[in-house]
Amino acid sequence: MPIRRDNRGRYVEVEPRRAEETAWLRCRECGELVFRRKLKETNHICPRCGAYFFLTAQERIASIVDQDSYTTLTADYTSTDPLEFVDRRPYQERLDEAQAITGLNDAILVGRGTLDGSPLLLAVMDFRFIGGSMGQVVGDEIATAVERSAEEHIPFVLVVASGGARVQEGIVSLMQMAKTVATRNLLAEAGVPFIVVFTYPSSGGMLASVASLADVTIAEQGAMIGFAGPRVIEKTTGERLPAGFQTATFALEHGVVDQVVTRESLRAELAKALHVLTGGAHG
Amino acid sequence: MVDDSSIRALEDKVAELRQMMETGDVDLREEITLLEKKLFSLRREQYARMSDWDRVKLARHPERPRGLPLVEALAEAFYELRGDRMGGDDPALRGGPALVQGERIMFLFHHRGSTPEEQRACRFGMATPQGYRKCLRLMDIAERLHLPVVTLVDTPGAYPGLQSEEQNIAGAIAQCISRMLALNVPTVAVILGEGGSGGAIALGAADRVLMMENATYSVISPEGAAAILWKDSSSAAQAAQALRLTAPHLVELGFADQIIPEPVGGAHTDPDKTADELRSALGEHLRALSSSSLDELKALRYKRYRNAGSARKPADQT
Repeated sequence: MPIRRDNRGRYVEVEPRRAEETAWLRCRECGELVFRRKLKETNHICPRCGAYFFLTAQERIASIVDQDSYTTLTADYTSTDPLEFVDRRPYQERLDEAQAITGLNDAILVGRGTLDGSPLLLAVMDFRFIGGSMGQVVGDEIATAVERSAEEHIPFVLVVASGGARVQEGIVSLMQMAKTVATRNLLAEAGVPFIVVFTYPSSGGMLASVASLADVTIAEQGAMIGFAGPRVIEKTTGERLPAGFQTATFALEHGVVDQVVTRESLRAELAKALHVLTGGAHG
Repeated sequence: MVDDSSIRALEDKVAELRQMMETGDVDLREEITLLEKKLFSLRREQYARMSDWDRVKLARHPERPRGLPLVEALAEAFYELRGDRMGGDDPALRGGPALVQGERIMFLFHHRGSTPEEQRACRFGMATPQGYRKCLRLMDIAERLHLPVVTLVDTPGAYPGLQSEEQNIAGAIAQCISRMLALNVPTVAVILGEGGSGGAIALGAADRVLMMENATYSVISPEGAAAILWKDSSSAAQAAQALRLTAPHLVELGFADQIIPEPVGGAHTDPDKTADELRSALGEHLRALSSSSLDELKALRYKRYRNAGSARKPADQT
């Protein structure tokens, strides 16, 4: 579901804001106001406290692939609004708004490129689009990309930035969990490596499906990795949650990820993993 | 909940008359028959008027038949298997081989508990990583011994606890979905009561999906959706309607194949009849599935979930 953690650590619904138009962004860790252009120079890392700002899907792609190697394979699916869902606002209105703000059809971009010369198929989620939630479009873009990856024997890399399933698509979004998992089995049959990168956040239905089934799982420092939000857990169980709960380090300590890396070293880490998994065979 | 005070009053009256007939020496059969007819039509009337929110309440009805007693009623014999062989077990998610009409079936089912103590122990049907990992083990057994797998889904969702997170509940659910989709035996999922989110789809991606008439199946509870999207948990009834979580909606959307009828008033009014209906539906679907080859079955299964709830393709846009 579209959630994020506010500056007091609580989970709140994401209201799309016209953030793209503002010149200043506030750090969600230390509250510092940072000039947008300055962030581009610092790899979107807060110059004061070192916290990570969200990367858009385009920014993430650019940070991973070799220059000029990327071609989009995004199929430009759009949601059919299968339930004709209306809460306080029609879902279609939220979609239109998210599309206007992000310039994306939905919460994911897919494409092919190379990393240090080694080819890969890359699917990258964008948290700005309704919390990076997985509905029909994310499901179909991932499924289509995975099928292509299996068919062409190109390693598949999925970068997760998702609050979970898209509530406004109801049961249809739940079915995307089965859809993406079904296609994942094709990679296994074809013997094609599958790498997942967890960023902030990686949770809910996204985490409980294809994102948890990679051969290699890498967490970016600053990621939130967990099935249920702390508020839900506290409310349901009355348990007090330890400091550092659902952080990348927590995931590493509990055997959920293979490696935790900084944003600066993610690219090199992926290159290393791909090199070993493919035996350095290009193409 | 549906206002059932008039139904309760009639039920009490019938019970009272029966007792009078037993203890005293009076023949009240005519009166009792009359009242029972009235009771039946009242129930039917009320049943027909139910909103989606009423169905949610019925799906969670405290007397609704639970997984374990239902399996015991369905099967001539049931042998429960326990433990995930990795350090734990889960009373909320159960399973084992059974004989139903002489046929072997591997059952996997949520159990919400029948008594208050049992309900607490079962965390009201919220399963843990141990439960889902036990299901993985039981699916392996089913495949080795060529038993079709039947799952009975009845859960508010997977258990959201500290330990669940420490033991990677999300990964356990993902593995269950994956294992079930890859199984080399026929699979049937029955949404029995509440089909709640990831905890439900973990056992839901089957060759056939059946829904009890008053079951619900959703990505989030109406209360959860109300809190997040309406910012107001009292909008749950509205959310229930918007989420389209009842059996007729699921059939219309193409995610469920058949609705299994319940007695008027709901499954809890006649558990034996409920078990009979379920047994005959299961028999029918398992027979149909076993007549296809495994390759056909798996191709159809892939297609079913690959094409579930597809987005609009650019070419479709006008």
